[in-house]
Amino acid sequence: MFQQIRTIAFYTFIEALRNRLIWLMITVALIAIGLSGFLNDLAITESRQIQIALIAAFSRFASVFLIATFVVTSIVRESNDKGLELILALPLPRAGYLLGKLLGFGALALVPTLLFGALAWIFSPIEQAALWTVSLLCELWLVAAFSLLCVLTFSQVMTALSATMAFYLAARSVSTFQLIGQSSAVGQSASQDVIAVVINALAAVLPHLDQFTRTEWLVYQSGTWSNLPAILAQSAIYLSLITGAALFDLYRKNI
Amino acid sequence: MRERPVSFVPKTVLALLLFAMALQIAWHNYNPAQRPRAENLAAPPTLTNLRLASFSEPVALGKLLMLYLQAFDNQPGVRLPFQQLDYDNLQQWLGRILDLDPRAQYPLLAASHLYADVPDDAKKRIMLDFVYRRFLEDPNHRWRAMAHAAFIARHRLKDLPLTLKYARAIRQYATDKSIPSWARQMEIFLLEDMNELDSAKILLGGLLASGEITDPHELRFLDDRLKKMNAAASPK
Repeated sequence: MFQQIRTIAFYTFIEALRNRLIWLMITVALIAIGLSGFLNDLAITESRQIQIALIAAFSRFASVFLIATFVVTSIVRESNDKGLELILALPLPRAGYLLGKLLGFGALALVPTLLFGALAWIFSPIEQAALWTVSLLCELWLVAAFSLLCVLTFSQVMTALSATMAFYLAARSVSTFQLIGQSSAVGQSASQDVIAVVINALAAVLPHLDQFTRTEWLVYQSGTWSNLPAILAQSAIYLSLITGAALFDLYRKNI
Repeated sequence: MRERPVSFVPKTVLALLLFAMALQIAWHNYNPAQRPRAENLAAPPTLTNLRLASFSEPVALGKLLMLYLQAFDNQPGVRLPFQQLDYDNLQQWLGRILDLDPRAQYPLLAASHLYADVPDDAKKRIMLDFVYRRFLEDPNHRWRAMAHAAFIARHRLKDLPLTLKYARAIRQYATDKSIPSWARQMEIFLLEDMNELDSAKILLGGLLASGEITDPHELRFLDDRLKKMNAAASPK
Protein backbone atom coordinates (compact mmCIF):
# COMPACT_ATOMS: atom_id res chain seq x y z
CA MET A 1 0.00 0.00 0.00
CA PHE A 2 2.89 2.37 0.72
CA GLN A 3 3.95 2.24 -2.91
CA GLN A 4 0.41 3.22 -3.97
CA ILE A 5 0.28 6.02 -1.42
CA ARG A 6 3.57 7.37 -2.76
CA THR A 7 2.28 7.20 -6.34
CA ILE A 8 -0.91 9.11 -5.48
CA ALA A 9 1.14 11.69 -3.56
CA PHE A 10 3.57 12.07 -6.45
CA TYR A 11 0.84 12.67 -9.04
CA THR A 12 -0.97 15.07 -6.71
CA PHE A 13 2.22 17.07 -6.45
CA ILE A 14 2.83 16.89 -10.22
CA GLU A 15 -0.72 18.15 -10.83
CA ALA A 16 0.03 21.20 -8.70
CA LEU A 17 3.20 21.92 -10.64
CA ARG A 18 1.33 21.63 -13.95
CA ASN A 19 -1.29 24.04 -12.65
CA ARG A 20 1.48 26.67 -12.53
CA LEU A 21 0.91 27.01 -8.81
CA ILE A 22 4.58 27.72 -8.27
CA TRP A 23 4.45 30.69 -10.64
CA LEU A 24 1.44 31.98 -8.76
CA MET A 25 3.34 31.69 -5.49
CA ILE A 26 6.34 33.49 -6.94
CA THR A 27 3.97 36.25 -8.12
CA VAL A 28 2.54 36.50 -4.61
CA ALA A 29 6.08 36.75 -3.20
CA LEU A 30 6.88 39.56 -5.65
CA ILE A 31 3.67 41.40 -4.75
CA ALA A 32 4.57 41.04 -1.05
CA ILE A 33 8.03 42.48 -1.67
CA GLY A 34 6.67 45.34 -3.80
CA LEU A 35 3.87 46.27 -1.43
CA SER A 36 5.97 46.10 1.71
CA GLY A 37 8.80 47.99 -0.04
CA PHE A 38 6.37 50.78 -0.93
CA LEU A 39 5.07 51.03 2.64
CA ASN A 40 8.61 50.79 4.00
CA ASP A 41 9.44 53.94 2.05
CA LEU A 42 6.67 55.85 3.85
CA ALA A 43 8.02 55.03 7.30
CA ILE A 44 10.20 57.43 9.23
CA THR A 45 11.41 54.72 11.57
CA GLU A 46 11.18 50.95 12.05
CA SER A 47 11.18 50.69 8.26
CA ARG A 48 12.68 47.20 8.20
CA GLN A 49 10.29 46.00 10.89
CA ILE A 50 7.36 47.33 8.91
CA GLN A 51 8.58 45.58 5.80
CA ILE A 52 9.04 42.19 7.43
CA ALA A 53 5.76 42.45 9.39
CA LEU A 54 3.80 43.08 6.21
CA ILE A 55 5.63 40.41 4.22
CA ALA A 56 5.06 37.87 6.99
CA ALA A 57 1.36 38.62 7.42
CA PHE A 58 0.67 38.82 3.68
CA SER A 59 2.59 35.67 2.75
CA ARG A 60 0.98 33.72 5.59
CA PHE A 61 -2.56 34.55 4.45
CA ALA A 62 -1.70 34.16 0.77
CA SER A 63 -0.13 30.73 1.18
CA VAL A 64 -3.09 29.51 3.25
CA PHE A 65 -5.51 30.78 0.60
CA LEU A 66 -3.57 29.23 -2.28
CA ILE A 67 -3.15 25.83 -0.63
CA ALA A 68 -6.80 25.66 0.44
CA THR A 69 -8.02 26.69 -3.02
CA PHE A 70 -5.79 24.18 -4.75
CA VAL A 71 -6.82 21.29 -2.49
CA VAL A 72 -10.52 22.02 -2.93
CA THR A 73 -10.49 22.61 -6.70
CA SER A 74 -8.19 19.64 -7.33
CA ILE A 75 -10.43 17.17 -5.49
CA VAL A 76 -13.61 18.60 -7.05
CA ARG A 77 -12.09 18.34 -10.53
CA GLU A 78 -11.02 14.75 -9.83
CA SER A 79 -14.49 13.97 -8.61
CA ASN A 80 -16.10 15.53 -11.70
CA ASP A 81 -13.75 13.59 -13.98
CA LYS A 82 -14.71 10.40 -12.14
CA GLY A 83 -11.06 9.98 -11.19
CA LEU A 84 -12.03 9.15 -7.62
CA GLU A 85 -14.28 6.29 -8.76
CA LEU A 86 -11.51 4.99 -11.00
CA ILE A 87 -8.94 4.98 -8.20
CA LEU A 88 -11.29 3.43 -5.71
CA ALA A 89 -12.11 0.68 -8.22
CA LEU A 90 -8.46 -0.41 -7.99
CA PRO A 91 -7.29 -2.78 -5.25
CA LEU A 92 -6.49 0.08 -2.91
CA PRO A 93 -8.09 0.79 0.46
CA ARG A 94 -9.80 4.13 0.79
CA ALA A 95 -7.33 5.01 3.51
CA GLY A 96 -4.54 4.62 0.95
CA TYR A 97 -6.17 7.16 -1.35
CA LEU A 98 -6.68 9.67 1.45
CA LEU A 99 -3.18 9.29 2.88
CA GLY A 100 -1.69 9.60 -0.61
CA LYS A 101 -3.60 12.82 -1.17
CA LEU A 102 -2.57 14.16 2.24
CA LEU A 103 1.05 13.31 1.54
CA GLY A 104 0.90 15.04 -1.86
CA PHE A 105 -0.70 18.17 -0.45
CA GLY A 106 1.79 18.08 2.42
CA ALA A 107 4.65 18.02 -0.08
CA LEU A 108 3.02 20.86 -1.99
CA ALA A 109 2.88 22.93 1.21
CA LEU A 110 6.67 22.80 1.25
CA VAL A 111 6.79 25.03 -1.83
CA PRO A 112 5.26 28.23 -0.37
CA THR A 113 6.85 27.45 2.99
CA LEU A 114 10.38 27.38 1.58
CA LEU A 115 9.73 30.32 -0.74
CA PHE A 116 8.31 32.61 1.97
CA GLY A 117 10.74 31.24 4.54
CA ALA A 118 13.62 32.31 2.30
CA LEU A 119 11.99 35.72 1.99
CA ALA A 120 11.72 35.98 5.78
CA TRP A 121 15.38 35.02 6.09
CA ILE A 122 16.38 38.04 3.97
CA PHE A 123 14.88 40.39 6.56
CA SER A 124 15.44 38.60 9.86
CA PRO A 125 17.97 36.30 11.59
CA ILE A 126 18.11 32.74 10.33
CA GLU A 127 17.02 31.22 13.65
CA GLN A 128 13.83 33.26 13.72
CA ALA A 129 13.17 32.68 10.03
CA ALA A 130 13.66 28.92 10.51
CA LEU A 131 11.24 28.85 13.43
CA TRP A 132 8.69 30.85 11.45
CA THR A 133 9.13 28.56 8.44
CA VAL A 134 8.63 25.33 10.38
CA SER A 135 5.56 26.82 12.02
CA LEU A 136 4.17 27.95 8.64
CA LEU A 137 4.61 24.41 7.31
CA CYS A 138 2.62 22.99 10.24
CA GLU A 139 -0.09 25.61 9.70
CA LEU A 140 -0.33 24.81 5.98
CA TRP A 141 -0.53 21.08 6.68
CA LEU A 142 -3.46 21.69 8.99
CA VAL A 143 -5.17 23.91 6.41
CA ALA A 144 -4.55 21.40 3.59
CA ALA A 145 -5.90 18.53 5.69
CA PHE A 146 -8.95 20.52 6.77
CA SER A 147 -9.63 21.57 3.16
CA LEU A 148 -9.50 17.92 2.14
CA LEU A 149 -11.95 17.01 4.88
CA CYS A 150 -14.31 19.81 3.81
CA VAL A 151 -14.22 18.97 0.12
CA LEU A 152 -14.81 15.27 0.80
CA THR A 153 -17.74 16.21 3.01
CA PHE A 154 -19.37 18.95 0.93
CA SER A 155 -18.17 18.08 -2.61
CA GLN A 156 -18.75 21.72 -3.64
CA VAL A 157 -16.04 24.31 -4.22
CA MET A 158 -17.87 27.24 -2.65
CA THR A 159 -19.06 25.40 0.43
CA ALA A 160 -15.76 23.65 1.06
CA LEU A 161 -13.72 26.84 0.62
CA SER A 162 -16.06 28.86 2.82
CA ALA A 163 -15.92 26.22 5.54
CA THR A 164 -12.12 26.09 5.35
CA MET A 165 -11.79 29.86 5.58
CA ALA A 166 -14.27 29.99 8.46
CA PHE A 167 -12.26 27.31 10.26
CA TYR A 168 -8.99 29.13 9.63
CA LEU A 169 -10.21 32.54 10.77
CA ALA A 170 -11.92 31.04 13.81
CA ALA A 171 -8.76 29.14 14.74
CA ARG A 172 -6.79 32.37 14.44
CA SER A 173 -9.26 34.38 16.53
CA VAL A 174 -10.57 31.96 19.11
CA SER A 175 -8.08 33.10 21.77
CA THR A 176 -9.25 36.70 21.27
CA PHE A 177 -12.86 35.58 21.63
CA GLN A 178 -11.96 33.86 24.88
CA LEU A 179 -10.21 36.97 26.19
CA ILE A 180 -13.26 39.08 25.36
CA GLY A 181 -15.48 36.54 27.10
CA GLN A 182 -13.29 36.61 30.21
CA SER A 183 -13.02 40.40 30.30
CA SER A 184 -16.80 40.83 30.25
CA ALA A 185 -17.23 38.22 32.98
CA VAL A 186 -18.18 40.78 35.64
CA GLY A 187 -21.93 41.05 36.15
CA GLN A 188 -22.75 38.82 33.22
CA SER A 189 -26.18 37.65 32.20
CA ALA A 190 -27.37 34.16 31.32
CA SER A 191 -26.92 34.82 27.60
CA GLN A 192 -23.31 35.84 28.19
CA ASP A 193 -22.78 32.62 30.12
CA VAL A 194 -24.09 30.64 27.19
CA ILE A 195 -21.86 32.54 24.75
CA ALA A 196 -18.84 31.96 27.00
CA VAL A 197 -19.58 28.23 27.11
CA VAL A 198 -19.89 28.13 23.30
CA ILE A 199 -16.62 30.01 22.88
CA ASN A 200 -14.83 27.73 25.32
CA ALA A 201 -16.23 24.67 23.55
CA LEU A 202 -15.04 26.11 20.23
CA ALA A 203 -11.61 26.77 21.70
CA ALA A 204 -11.42 23.17 22.88
CA VAL A 205 -11.97 21.74 19.39
CA LEU A 206 -9.99 24.23 17.32
CA PRO A 207 -6.21 24.41 16.99
CA HIS A 208 -4.91 27.70 18.38
CA LEU A 209 -3.36 29.01 15.20
CA ASP A 210 -2.69 32.39 16.81
CA GLN A 211 0.26 30.65 18.49
CA PHE A 212 1.64 29.57 15.11
CA THR A 213 3.86 31.49 12.67
CA ARG A 214 3.98 34.63 14.78
CA THR A 215 5.04 37.81 13.02
CA GLU A 216 6.73 39.20 16.14
CA TRP A 217 9.32 36.41 15.93
CA LEU A 218 10.58 38.01 12.74
CA VAL A 219 10.02 41.62 13.81
CA TYR A 220 11.37 41.52 17.37
CA GLN A 221 13.35 38.25 17.29
CA SER A 222 11.24 37.04 20.19
CA GLY A 223 10.82 33.42 19.10
CA THR A 224 12.66 30.60 20.83
CA TRP A 225 12.92 26.92 19.99
CA SER A 226 10.89 26.26 23.10
CA ASN A 227 7.89 27.57 21.13
CA LEU A 228 8.22 24.71 18.68
CA PRO A 229 7.32 21.55 20.69
CA ALA A 230 3.82 22.89 21.45
CA ILE A 231 3.29 23.76 17.78
CA LEU A 232 4.49 20.34 16.62
CA ALA A 233 2.39 18.55 19.23
CA GLN A 234 -0.72 20.56 18.35
CA SER A 235 -0.15 19.92 14.65
CA ALA A 236 0.31 16.17 15.14
CA ILE A 237 -2.79 15.88 17.32
CA TYR A 238 -4.98 17.95 15.02
CA LEU A 239 -3.71 16.26 11.86
CA SER A 240 -4.68 12.92 13.41
CA LEU A 241 -8.10 14.28 14.28
CA ILE A 242 -8.73 15.67 10.78
CA THR A 243 -7.42 12.49 9.14
CA GLY A 244 -9.69 10.42 11.34
CA ALA A 245 -12.70 12.58 10.46
CA ALA A 246 -11.87 12.49 6.73
CA LEU A 247 -11.44 8.69 6.79
CA PHE A 248 -14.73 8.34 8.66
CA ASP A 249 -16.44 10.42 5.99
CA LEU A 250 -14.72 8.71 3.06
CA TYR A 251 -15.54 5.20 4.26
CA ARG A 252 -19.19 6.15 4.67
CA LYS A 253 -19.43 7.65 1.19
CA ASN A 254 -21.46 5.62 -1.23
CA ILE A 255 -19.12 5.69 -4.22
CA MET B 1 -4.96 25.42 -26.95
CA ARG B 2 -4.92 27.59 -30.09
CA GLU B 3 -7.62 30.20 -30.31
CA ARG B 4 -9.76 30.80 -33.36
CA PRO B 5 -9.37 34.06 -35.32
CA VAL B 6 -11.32 37.16 -34.31
CA SER B 7 -13.52 36.76 -37.40
CA PHE B 8 -15.25 33.85 -35.64
CA VAL B 9 -16.66 36.24 -33.03
CA PRO B 10 -20.17 37.43 -34.04
CA LYS B 11 -20.28 41.09 -35.01
CA THR B 12 -22.96 41.76 -32.42
CA VAL B 13 -20.63 40.53 -29.66
CA LEU B 14 -17.84 42.80 -30.91
CA ALA B 15 -20.27 45.71 -31.13
CA LEU B 16 -21.49 45.03 -27.58
CA LEU B 17 -17.91 44.92 -26.31
CA LEU B 18 -16.98 48.24 -27.95
CA PHE B 19 -20.25 49.90 -26.97
CA ALA B 20 -19.90 48.83 -23.33
CA MET B 21 -16.31 50.09 -23.21
CA ALA B 22 -17.34 53.46 -24.72
CA LEU B 23 -20.21 53.65 -22.24
CA GLN B 24 -17.84 52.99 -19.33
CA ILE B 25 -15.45 55.76 -20.44
CA ALA B 26 -18.37 58.16 -20.99
CA TRP B 27 -19.74 57.30 -17.54
CA HIS B 28 -16.36 57.98 -15.99
CA ASN B 29 -16.12 61.39 -17.71
CA TYR B 30 -19.72 62.30 -16.93
CA ASN B 31 -19.35 61.71 -13.20
CA PRO B 32 -17.51 64.66 -11.72
CA ALA B 33 -14.37 63.79 -9.83
CA GLN B 34 -14.77 63.79 -6.08
CA ARG B 35 -14.02 67.20 -4.62
CA PRO B 36 -11.14 67.12 -2.21
CA ARG B 37 -12.48 67.49 1.31
CA ALA B 38 -10.41 67.25 4.41
CA GLU B 39 -11.85 64.90 6.99
CA ASN B 40 -10.80 65.13 10.56
CA LEU B 41 -9.52 62.16 12.46
CA ALA B 42 -12.33 60.16 14.00
CA ALA B 43 -11.97 58.20 17.22
CA PRO B 44 -10.27 54.84 16.73
CA PRO B 45 -12.07 51.50 17.02
CA THR B 46 -11.88 49.81 20.39
CA LEU B 47 -8.90 47.63 21.17
CA THR B 48 -11.13 44.56 21.19
CA ASN B 49 -12.39 45.33 17.69
CA LEU B 50 -8.86 45.93 16.46
CA ARG B 51 -7.68 42.66 17.96
CA LEU B 52 -10.53 40.84 16.25
CA ALA B 53 -9.84 42.57 12.95
CA SER B 54 -6.17 41.65 13.12
CA PHE B 55 -6.87 37.88 13.07
CA SER B 56 -3.93 37.39 15.44
CA GLU B 57 -1.61 39.65 13.48
CA PRO B 58 -1.58 42.59 15.94
CA VAL B 59 1.99 43.60 15.07
CA ALA B 60 1.28 43.82 11.33
CA LEU B 61 -2.00 45.68 11.96
CA GLY B 62 -0.25 48.06 14.35
CA LYS B 63 2.38 48.89 11.74
CA LEU B 64 -0.25 49.42 9.05
CA LEU B 65 -2.34 51.66 11.31
CA MET B 66 0.72 53.73 12.13
CA LEU B 67 1.35 54.35 8.44
CA TYR B 68 -2.33 55.18 7.95
CA LEU B 69 -2.20 57.66 10.80
CA GLN B 70 1.01 59.23 9.61
CA ALA B 71 -0.43 59.66 6.12
CA PHE B 72 -3.70 61.11 7.44
CA ASP B 73 -2.50 64.67 6.87
CA ASN B 74 -2.16 63.83 3.16
CA GLN B 75 -5.72 63.18 2.08
CA PRO B 76 -6.64 62.95 -1.61
CA GLY B 77 -6.13 66.42 -3.03
CA VAL B 78 -5.87 68.12 0.37
CA ARG B 79 -3.09 68.58 2.85
CA LEU B 80 -4.37 68.82 6.40
CA PRO B 81 -1.84 70.32 8.80
CA PHE B 82 -1.16 68.21 11.89
CA GLN B 83 -2.32 71.18 13.91
CA GLN B 84 -5.85 70.78 12.59
CA LEU B 85 -6.13 67.16 13.69
CA ASP B 86 -8.24 66.31 16.70
CA TYR B 87 -5.47 65.61 19.22
CA ASP B 88 -7.69 63.74 21.65
CA ASN B 89 -8.51 61.24 18.95
CA LEU B 90 -4.92 61.29 17.76
CA GLN B 91 -3.55 60.23 21.11
CA GLN B 92 -6.19 57.53 21.32
CA TRP B 93 -5.03 56.19 17.96
CA LEU B 94 -1.40 56.24 19.07
CA GLY B 95 -2.38 54.49 22.29
CA ARG B 96 -4.30 51.78 20.44
CA ILE B 97 -1.34 51.16 18.16
CA LEU B 98 0.94 50.83 21.19
CA ASP B 99 -1.54 48.45 22.81
CA LEU B 100 -1.51 46.30 19.68
CA ASP B 101 2.27 46.38 19.35
CA PRO B 102 3.77 47.33 22.74
CA ARG B 103 7.36 46.97 21.56
CA ALA B 104 6.92 49.54 18.77
CA GLN B 105 8.78 52.82 19.08
CA TYR B 106 7.01 54.41 16.13
CA PRO B 107 3.91 55.82 17.91
CA LEU B 108 6.08 57.44 20.59
CA LEU B 109 8.53 58.81 18.08
CA ALA B 110 5.66 60.21 16.01
CA ALA B 111 4.12 61.77 19.12
CA SER B 112 7.35 63.42 20.29
CA HIS B 113 8.82 64.40 16.93
CA LEU B 114 5.93 64.92 14.52
CA TYR B 115 2.76 65.68 16.41
CA ALA B 116 4.43 67.69 19.17
CA ASP B 117 6.05 69.88 16.54
CA VAL B 118 3.01 72.13 16.01
CA PRO B 119 2.63 75.83 16.89
CA ASP B 120 -0.05 75.09 19.47
CA ASP B 121 1.14 74.67 23.04
CA ALA B 122 -2.02 72.89 24.22
CA LYS B 123 -1.59 70.26 21.52
CA LYS B 124 2.10 69.93 22.26
CA ARG B 125 1.24 69.25 25.89
CA ILE B 126 -1.30 66.57 24.92
CA MET B 127 1.42 64.73 23.01
CA LEU B 128 4.06 65.17 25.71
CA ASP B 129 1.64 63.93 28.33
CA PHE B 130 0.86 60.92 26.15
CA VAL B 131 4.57 60.11 25.82
CA TYR B 132 5.07 60.49 29.58
CA ARG B 133 2.17 58.21 30.48
CA ARG B 134 3.24 55.51 28.05
CA PHE B 135 6.90 55.90 29.07
CA LEU B 136 6.00 54.97 32.64
CA GLU B 137 4.63 51.63 31.43
CA ASP B 138 7.99 50.52 30.02
CA PRO B 139 10.68 53.09 30.87
CA ASN B 140 13.70 51.04 29.80
CA HIS B 141 12.33 50.61 26.34
CA ARG B 142 10.65 53.97 25.79
CA TRP B 143 13.19 56.42 27.20
CA ARG B 144 14.19 57.83 23.78
CA ALA B 145 10.80 59.43 23.16
CA MET B 146 10.77 60.67 26.77
CA ALA B 147 14.17 62.30 26.27
CA HIS B 148 12.86 64.13 23.22
CA ALA B 149 9.72 65.13 25.12
CA ALA B 150 11.94 66.71 27.80
CA PHE B 151 13.77 68.58 25.07
CA ILE B 152 10.47 69.89 23.63
CA ALA B 153 9.29 70.92 27.09
CA ARG B 154 12.52 72.83 27.64
CA HIS B 155 12.94 74.58 24.32
CA ARG B 156 9.52 74.79 22.72
CA LEU B 157 7.25 75.11 25.72
CA LYS B 158 9.92 76.71 27.89
CA ASP B 159 8.32 74.96 30.84
CA LEU B 160 11.10 74.23 33.32
CA PRO B 161 9.03 72.29 35.89
CA LEU B 162 7.73 70.01 33.14
CA THR B 163 11.25 69.57 31.77
CA LEU B 164 12.50 68.58 35.18
CA LYS B 165 9.62 66.17 35.68
CA TYR B 166 10.44 64.39 32.44
CA ALA B 167 14.21 64.37 32.91
CA ARG B 168 13.84 63.08 36.47
CA ALA B 169 11.45 60.37 35.28
CA ILE B 170 14.18 59.11 32.95
CA ARG B 171 16.73 59.12 35.78
CA GLN B 172 14.39 57.40 38.22
CA TYR B 173 12.69 54.82 36.06
CA ALA B 174 14.94 54.09 33.08
CA THR B 175 17.47 52.12 35.07
CA ASP B 176 18.60 49.53 32.56
CA LYS B 177 22.38 49.40 32.17
CA SER B 178 22.10 49.67 28.38
CA ILE B 179 20.72 53.21 28.68
CA PRO B 180 23.53 55.73 28.11
CA SER B 181 24.54 57.79 31.13
CA TRP B 182 23.92 61.11 29.37
CA ALA B 183 20.23 60.20 29.06
CA ARG B 184 19.99 59.74 32.82
CA GLN B 185 21.77 63.03 33.36
CA MET B 186 19.57 65.05 31.03
CA GLU B 187 18.57 67.38 33.82
CA ILE B 188 22.07 68.84 33.82
CA PHE B 189 22.27 69.97 30.24
CA LEU B 190 18.60 70.85 29.97
CA LEU B 191 18.93 73.18 32.94
CA GLU B 192 22.09 74.79 31.67
CA ASP B 193 21.70 78.02 29.82
CA MET B 194 22.10 76.25 26.51
CA ASN B 195 20.33 77.14 23.29
CA GLU B 196 18.03 74.76 21.44
CA LEU B 197 20.56 73.82 18.80
CA ASP B 198 23.26 72.87 21.28
CA SER B 199 20.80 70.79 23.30
CA ALA B 200 19.60 69.09 20.15
CA LYS B 201 23.18 68.32 19.18
CA ILE B 202 23.80 66.65 22.53
CA LEU B 203 20.52 64.76 22.40
CA LEU B 204 20.74 63.57 18.81
CA GLY B 205 24.50 63.19 18.86
CA GLY B 206 24.20 61.08 22.00
CA LEU B 207 21.53 58.90 20.43
CA LEU B 208 23.62 58.37 17.32
CA ALA B 209 26.81 57.66 19.28
CA SER B 210 25.08 55.13 21.54
CA GLY B 211 24.05 53.11 18.49
CA GLU B 212 20.42 53.24 19.64
CA ILE B 213 19.26 54.31 16.21
CA THR B 214 20.01 51.92 13.40
CA ASP B 215 17.09 52.49 11.07
CA PRO B 216 18.33 54.39 7.99
CA HIS B 217 15.03 56.25 7.63
CA GLU B 218 15.13 57.47 11.22
CA LEU B 219 18.79 58.47 10.89
CA ARG B 220 17.92 60.53 7.81
CA PHE B 221 14.86 62.02 9.51
CA LEU B 222 16.81 63.12 12.60
CA ASP B 223 19.72 64.35 10.53
CA ASP B 224 17.32 66.49 8.44
CA ARG B 225 15.83 67.99 11.58
CA LEU B 226 19.26 68.85 12.93
CA LYS B 227 20.20 70.48 9.65
CA LYS B 228 16.99 72.53 9.67
CA MET B 229 17.71 73.72 13.19
CA ASN B 230 21.26 74.54 12.17
CA ALA B 231 20.00 76.53 9.18
CA ALA B 232 17.43 78.36 11.32
CA ALA B 233 20.04 79.22 13.96
CA SER B 234 22.81 80.37 11.59
CA PRO B 235 22.94 84.12 10.86
CA LYS B 236 21.63 85.04 7.39
